[in-house]
Amino acid sequence: MQSIYEHVDLQSNYRRRKIVNKIMLTLTGLTVALAVVPLVWITVYVLLQGGKYLNLDFFIHLPAPMGMTGGGVLNAIEGSAVMVLLASVIAIPLALLGAFYLLAKPSTALAHALRFSTDMLAGTPSIVIGLFGYAVIVAVQKHFSAFAGGVVLAIIMLPVVLRSAEEMLKLVPREMREGALAMGAPEWLAALKVVLPAAAEGIITGIMLGIARAVGETAPLLFTALGNDNYEIGKIISDGLRYHQSIGKIIGTIFAQPADALPLTLWKYAQQPYQERVHQAWAVAFVLMLFVLGLNIVARAWMAHRRRKLFG
Amino acid sequence: MASSSTSLRRKLMRHLQHGDVLWWALLLLSAVVVVVLVLWIAWQLWVQSAPSRHAFGWDFIWPWVKSVWNPALDKFQAWPAIYGSLITATIALVLAVPLALGIAIFLSELAPAWLRAPLNYMVEMLAAIPSVVYGLWGIYVFLPLVVVPIGKALEPLGSVPGIGIFFKGPVPASGFTRLGAALVLVIMILPTIAAVSRDVLQAVPRSQREAAMALGATQWETVWKVLIPYGQSGILGAVILGFGRAIGETMAVTMVIGNSAGGGYSILKPGYTMASIIANEFAEAVSEMHTSALMEIGLVLFAITLLLNAFARWLVVNRTIKRA
Repeated sequence: MQSIYEHVDLQSNYRRRKIVNKIMLTLTGLTVALAVVPLVWITVYVLLQGGKYLNLDFFIHLPAPMGMTGGGVLNAIEGSAVMVLLASVIAIPLALLGAFYLLAKPSTALAHALRFSTDMLAGTPSIVIGLFGYAVIVAVQKHFSAFAGGVVLAIIMLPVVLRSAEEMLKLVPREMREGALAMGAPEWLAALKVVLPAAAEGIITGIMLGIARAVGETAPLLFTALGNDNYEIGKIISDGLRYHQSIGKIIGTIFAQPADALPLTLWKYAQQPYQERVHQAWAVAFVLMLFVLGLNIVARAWMAHRRRKLFG
Repeated sequence: MASSSTSLRRKLMRHLQHGDVLWWALLLLSAVVVVVLVLWIAWQLWVQSAPSRHAFGWDFIWPWVKSVWNPALDKFQAWPAIYGSLITATIALVLAVPLALGIAIFLSELAPAWLRAPLNYMVEMLAAIPSVVYGLWGIYVFLPLVVVPIGKALEPLGSVPGIGIFFKGPVPASGFTRLGAALVLVIMILPTIAAVSRDVLQAVPRSQREAAMALGATQWETVWKVLIPYGQSGILGAVILGFGRAIGETMAVTMVIGNSAGGGYSILKPGYTMASIIANEFAEAVSEMHTSALMEIGLVLFAITLLLNAFARWLVVNRTIKRA
């Protein structure tokens, strides 16, 4: 008798459990939908709003004086390009060499310290890195500069590139390096001519992610690059040529001036009372989104493709 | 002829071997540079904040009810900014964790294979959108359309004794509030927590799932009573990582929080966070003490995020991924 009741009890309990199961699994699906909403909302809104205010002037002119219509953000485009270039030149070799160190000596104390430091750098708020850049470059040189901006962006890029490069180098079969060494190649030649090319695609995707990160950063540039409405490389070069300056001097001038960057311009324009500026802020957001998301999509698609090729 | 070419090659090879010394030196140097960089950042913040540390001591971070932040008097107490960071990050975390866990569970356990890749993509895209773009969208779209109505709905709580101080209205019409910052942060830390939790769940061995299923557990029970307890330290790590991101997030928060001292403890009022006060005031700081005080906020921020990240890393790497 008792066993029958038990059976009935179990049945209803089971039904309850199945209902709970259904409800909770549906809820997890809903959370995903909820996360997709802001992504789609932001992307579509920025593309529609920003697209409205984009025009050719936007790309080829310096900003118009405050309150005037027209003008563009050429200064910011060039500034971003210059600073991200400098950041890449500093960060990429450093990150690759660091990754090669981790590959060669994966479990020394220094390797553990390096991995730990890389993770800590990745987690350091970018504004703090800006303070550091101010303290060691701007405060010492006593002026804001594209150079300082490039250096802080390099610190932002470094952990992104180093981590992904380490992952990618680890994927290269050991036998390839050993084969090269067995044929008498020195360590550095094996690394550069055998291991690096084998991992190149993966490393490039990592670099693309690092660049995407650096291009979108604002906080570290606030008091390193500062901003400069008149930053125009073409003019610096033509002035330099007119006064017969050396190439080194001209390049020095390019990096010694304060510079603007796209996210910096966006930040400054976003809250100005002039409608024109706010419109341009949306246009900048459009360009930034396109660039950053584009780089991300290409990099990740490439990586996924590569993984499929490698692991079937 | 043949022998001379062999000897030439041998000479060349021997020559190339010298490169290894340089190569190792470079590897070692770059590894040391990265490690030293982190120490250097800490050292610089410590040195630069010295005047402020000496002048204000622990008063600087003490939770005074009436804190003073006055560049004209050169007197600085950072509690409102610290409070702003803690409250916005905490609210963001409370709201983001259940959502992120749901996403992680869906991505790791439920999503059909064809849906998994695009959804993973989307989570990653959410993390890739630049912070300023969140800020711009926040000011013109999110604050007026979402934050203001929610704030208005929360206003009546302002008269409830006990918790009333957290909900003192009225909400500013622009929506620039601590609540606004917290809600933007929810979106921004969601991908971090979701992605790490997803990896943690995926690292749980198959045998655990199969054993639970074999005992008759439903899929939800498998997730809730087996997978999540199994990965709990990793998931905790993910949550702490999210908290660290929320504390350190600068631009989007600076753009929507309103940047004003005061506002008491209310989340329906504008405020500051540690990051936003640096972003907002550093370039215009004139006195040495002001700069130094902002450096000290940077030091506090760096210390907090360093501790959080180190702890999270230990949880995720040592307790979960390695064991699996």
